[in-house]
Amino acid sequence: MRPLALTAYTATSCIGRGLAATHETLAAQRSGLAPCAFETVTLDTSVGEVPGLDSAALPAELGEFECRNNRLALLGLRQDGFADAVRECLGRHGRTRVGVWLGTSTSGILETEIAYRKRGPGGELPATFRYRGAHNTFSLAAFVRQVLGVAGPAAVISSACSSSAKVFASARRAIEAQLVDAAVVGGVDSLCLTTLYGFNSLQLVSRTPCRPFDAARDGISIGEAAAFALLERVPGSCDAGTALLLGTGESSDAHHMSTPHPQGRGARAAMLAALADAGLGPTDIDYINFHGTGTPGNDAAEARAVAATLGARVPGSSTKGATGHTLGAAGALEAVICTLALRHSLMPAGVNTTQVDPALEVHYLRENRPAPLRRVLSNSFGFGGSNCSLIFGRAG
Amino acid sequence: MSVAPALTASLRAVGLIGPGLPDWPTAAGVLAGGEYAAQPTVIPALECLPGAERRRTGTVVRLALNAGLEAVSRGAADAAALPAVFTSSGGDGLNCHEICETLASAERYISPTRFHNSVHNAAAGYWGIATGATAAANALCAHDASFGAGLIEALTQVQVEATAVLLIAYDASYPDPMRSVRPIPDAFAVALLLAPEVRAGALARLTVSVTDAPAARMDDAPLETLRASVPAARSLPLLRQLALGTAGRIVIDYLGDQRLSVEVA
Repeated sequence: MRPLALTAYTATSCIGRGLAATHETLAAQRSGLAPCAFETVTLDTSVGEVPGLDSAALPAELGEFECRNNRLALLGLRQDGFADAVRECLGRHGRTRVGVWLGTSTSGILETEIAYRKRGPGGELPATFRYRGAHNTFSLAAFVRQVLGVAGPAAVISSACSSSAKVFASARRAIEAQLVDAAVVGGVDSLCLTTLYGFNSLQLVSRTPCRPFDAARDGISIGEAAAFALLERVPGSCDAGTALLLGTGESSDAHHMSTPHPQGRGARAAMLAALADAGLGPTDIDYINFHGTGTPGNDAAEARAVAATLGARVPGSSTKGATGHTLGAAGALEAVICTLALRHSLMPAGVNTTQVDPALEVHYLRENRPAPLRRVLSNSFGFGGSNCSLIFGRAG
Repeated sequence: MSVAPALTASLRAVGLIGPGLPDWPTAAGVLAGGEYAAQPTVIPALECLPGAERRRTGTVVRLALNAGLEAVSRGAADAAALPAVFTSSGGDGLNCHEICETLASAERYISPTRFHNSVHNAAAGYWGIATGATAAANALCAHDASFGAGLIEALTQVQVEATAVLLIAYDASYPDPMRSVRPIPDAFAVALLLAPEVRAGALARLTVSVTDAPAARMDDAPLETLRASVPAARSLPLLRQLALGTAGRIVIDYLGDQRLSVEVA
């Protein structure tokens, strides 16, 4: 593929609102995970909650979109001048020439979960229930389109935990096909009961803050995040250091709905496809941001896949020990973390992990490592065997 | 500002399941002017999944997979080698309802199967297990624009990746109380097998661009009701053009502020 420029980007999660706070937390090797006190949840687990959302009601003119997920989306859009950058981009290209591709797994379902507790005597939902603006999976993209005034093609990709990695691939195809000149991509997922109780029923939730690639890892910690990027063709005079999307790779496991192929077959295919797309070889990757959820099976499969494709020498880490697993937002959040790593020449450590599993053939970073980085790879794998790898670099 | 260029692909085959429309040949006969007798959608069993997986699938997954299998079979394609684009407004509404009911109860225990079936890409996941397809599979939602969004995703893949792609758009009813806020009357799925190059037996060449012209409607009242009430059935004017077997340009619904123009040649 032809590289695309990330002309603006931002991330908001439990480790910070915006890039500066996110970088500061990563540089300090801190985790944002804390014991779960979310809503009425009684599970013994840690979560990565973004503070302040309960009191951050949407402005009245956006009331039809009211839900936690869109509150988080708006908070995210307001960081790092992202909305202003999109407005300038609309001025350059025209409102209909900019598209929106966003990922979410559960959209505003928390509102539906609460509405089901408030059903009337005939089982009816409360009159305030909003299907299109809150419940429907597309709610996020409809909301972001309206907030930013973007009027080009739009879709939500909802492929579980690969959702907001795959948006980069769809958006870059739309730009390549000249359907649009620029694209707002990203992901937003927020805490809800469906994912907390659902992952708990699969016995995939850790009681302690998650420890990816640790010998004693025992599950995920669920987090929430909003992360966005603005993708455009690389301008003729591109500032040195501009973050670039160099390659995307997608695949399917065709194996099982909720467990990865044990040898990481689909993960291998996604990484190889991303390398081929970028015209790079395995030795060109300087850092890997692992999917690294912290479940025994996921990390083992990913380690095998990475060893088979990139070799076990490439340093990598999972930043989910800091942010939690933000599910449909993880791909975009970790894409932004990759751009921070490139910008600050800093490979972030995988926090919480105290002893790397000796059974995993992997170069896992437990301490931050300063190093000039040219190209980094981010993995995102989801239920249904949906895999996506992204490669980022920097101009000049 | 540049003019929006068109996306184009060769259409090799269609699969379809809808109310009173058990397959594409039957639907084509109705859409070409035959009599339409609306009946509840009948969704066949799935023979292609292993027993344990088959027992875990809901009707919505069977709906999507059956439509996809029909298109692959009519197009004599190898499902295992095809990238797939799934698009649906609501996915598995019954499964979502059951989870919300459970979470509103004291127990809050969601079964593992119910949870992994709750992902919007459940149909894509089961498609891979059923057919062995290891290529990229996408899972899109754009509310009432879901068919148009899927068509755009599939066409950009055909054009940029130079590959054949299977598009499967599907929607089914919610149970009450969700049905009262999202009234989708019955299940409908359409699958289009799209490819870059024209091959013998291709049904048509499709060329799609964004327009603000109004969307075509169906002349037959029950078919128009179907088109207007099921997001996947927003494809019906395009399917009618294909059934008529003539060249022409039709406009289908997309996002609230724009439509898609489809040139059929």
